[in-house]
Amino acid sequence: MSDLAVRHAAPGATSAKRERSRLRVFLRQRSTVAFLFTLPLILLVGVLVIYPAFYALHLATLNKRMERFVGLSNFTFLFTRETFWMVVRQSCIFAVSAVIFKALIGFTVAHLVHAIPAKGQRKWRGMLLVPWVIPPALSTLTWLWLFDPSYSAFNYVLAGIGIGPVPWTGDALWARVSVILVNIWYGAPFFMIMYLAALKSVPAELYEVAAIDGATFWQRLFYITLPMMRNIIAITTLFSLIVTFANFDIVWILTAGGPIDRTHVFATWAFRLGIQGGDIPLGASVSLVMIPLLAVAAIFILRDVNKRAERM
Amino acid sequence: MAKGRVSRRRFLGTSAASAALVSMPFVRGAHAAGSVSVGFWDHWVPGANKATEEICRAWAEKEKVDIKMDFITSQGNKNLLTIAAEAQAKSGHDVFAFPTWYVHEHANQLEPVDDLMTELIKQNGNVNGTVDYLAKVKGRWLAVPATPGSQIKGPCSRIDLMKQHAGIDVQAMYPAGEAPKADNWTMDTFLKAAEACHKAGFPFGIGLGQTTDSVDTAGAIFQSFGAALVDKDGKITVKSDAVRQAMEWYAKLARFLPPDAPAWDDASNNKWLVSGRGALICNPPSSWAVAKRDAPDIAKQCWTHGMPAGPHGRFSPYLPYLWGIWSFSRNKPAAKSLLMALSHADAIGKMVEVSVGYDLPAYEKLTTLKTWAEMEPPRGTLYHYPNPHNHQTLSIAAAPAPPNIANQIYNQAIMTKMVARHLGGERMDATLAWAESEVEGFMRG
Repeated sequence: MSDLAVRHAAPGATSAKRERSRLRVFLRQRSTVAFLFTLPLILLVGVLVIYPAFYALHLATLNKRMERFVGLSNFTFLFTRETFWMVVRQSCIFAVSAVIFKALIGFTVAHLVHAIPAKGQRKWRGMLLVPWVIPPALSTLTWLWLFDPSYSAFNYVLAGIGIGPVPWTGDALWARVSVILVNIWYGAPFFMIMYLAALKSVPAELYEVAAIDGATFWQRLFYITLPMMRNIIAITTLFSLIVTFANFDIVWILTAGGPIDRTHVFATWAFRLGIQGGDIPLGASVSLVMIPLLAVAAIFILRDVNKRAERM
Repeated sequence: MAKGRVSRRRFLGTSAASAALVSMPFVRGAHAAGSVSVGFWDHWVPGANKATEEICRAWAEKEKVDIKMDFITSQGNKNLLTIAAEAQAKSGHDVFAFPTWYVHEHANQLEPVDDLMTELIKQNGNVNGTVDYLAKVKGRWLAVPATPGSQIKGPCSRIDLMKQHAGIDVQAMYPAGEAPKADNWTMDTFLKAAEACHKAGFPFGIGLGQTTDSVDTAGAIFQSFGAALVDKDGKITVKSDAVRQAMEWYAKLARFLPPDAPAWDDASNNKWLVSGRGALICNPPSSWAVAKRDAPDIAKQCWTHGMPAGPHGRFSPYLPYLWGIWSFSRNKPAAKSLLMALSHADAIGKMVEVSVGYDLPAYEKLTTLKTWAEMEPPRGTLYHYPNPHNHQTLSIAAAPAPPNIANQIYNQAIMTKMVARHLGGERMDATLAWAESEVEGFMRG
């Protein structure tokens, strides 16, 4: 009876074992496992990014009433508009200047924090990250009150030292300065934390050797720190450029694109045309113009990163 | 094993039960008439949604309909985003509160409501021309004027400051309970008053920004001069004498406005009045209501009245909300029945009362409700808010251009941008050329 049982059980046990080993082989294929782990994210990106992007592409080829296909005529129409080229120029000024200042401030602050003894560093890191942690819609509202045309807190302080009221959001130049300033305030901590991580990964021996050789601060910066951080700087710049280019909340809350459209960027103008103006295809076209501009920046930056990775 | 045999007793029992069920009269369940969902505008005035909610609940109870109400804010254009999303998805609420231009924008997705409007006009009197312009498409009514959120943005003046610095008694000009005696309240008088108040350190709080309050005031002033950027047939008329005249007048006024007026948003004029810095703003009574709460001494000096008359007439900015039924609604009969209930004179009276006089019905028989006459301080301060003596034309900026073009002119704030550009030193011809080029762009189909 027991023999029989054993004989009966044996094929089942073998197949279970085979199943298990097949599973093990399957799991050993690292790419498959990686794919499975990333699948939820891929699905999310598919639903929330890829599908809307293609849908926007589809919308951009429709007429204003979204009744018929008009090919690329929304884009050709845009290219004839004075305001469109002004928005292109402003978006570039806004993104490039904000990213440069964020990088410079982030780099400087990262060095200062890096120089603080490890014991007190955590507190500083936490405090400096606060602007980046607060939702920008919320913090920008506070900035709006500080810049308020009639009751600006900054102007109140400036008046105390005899400096006349600054039209923070009322004058084209000052309004541009204001939106860039708030964007820098919000984004610099991200650069700081990325650069700080990069600084910590630079081997201390390199600095020791440089010190023995009598290298100055600037020589250490240009020949050790910057080359070691180059990839992080490139990736952070690219990431920030994309996010800043597509910024909506800061500009919308602070100036809504005014005065006289002088602070509109792609996203705010697309919203104005598409949602408020009821011309969704034209709004979609404006937002899609960002893609080739950012793609060019991405190609240059990523090519540089890849080249360096190959050399290493 | 179960037996298939049916006993005599069981057969009789089953037969009796079946007979009772078949012969039972039709009983209406709690939600026998289905369900209906409505996207209402979320009111600024605290507690003002309550009136709408109560009217809807009472109607649902009576009609046995399961009602779902969403009060959607216009802050951050959330209502516009919801409209766009529902129009794209062809699914969502049955009824929606559309702001001004959005009935025309979605005309091909809205259920005609001619039957309702015929009945409502019979009940409540005719509607003003702006409602006609915004809710009627190709001769068919596609929406019903909503009382909540509809507003006139006429002047709200400081009684004391206008008397002291401009020599104008606004209460005598617009006496409570009586017809206006405002023949001398013209664009010239307005300009002189603006100059006098500016000199006295209390400038008029009129914005030149790109948000609706600035655009609405500019629209009414342009219309008072007969200045339209596009006429009703869609012809561009930017370079007309009337537009130049309006621009010249506005350029004079702008010198007496706060220097930061081009940066003003919709909150700026409210703050200007409540802080006591200005003698006049153009706004619905919400700013007076805030003053009543936060600065009672200022509220006591506020008087809401009509706009000054220009060479082409007296125009006042009017912004209605409009209730439309989506064509994809699954319960159109219930939606129509609800809109009738919400547009009944009693329901409207309740809405006006709860909103402290802010909400404005579009019907001519309902502009003399006691709420406006009795509101204080000072008593009668809102009497002229609903234009009870019809002495001004209620209009929307960029009208009479075809609404699909006017919407773009309005939302792109072309008129205030023209003023701001000219004010910034640009030559009149260059400003007009710029405006013409912008408007040409709005003509694409």
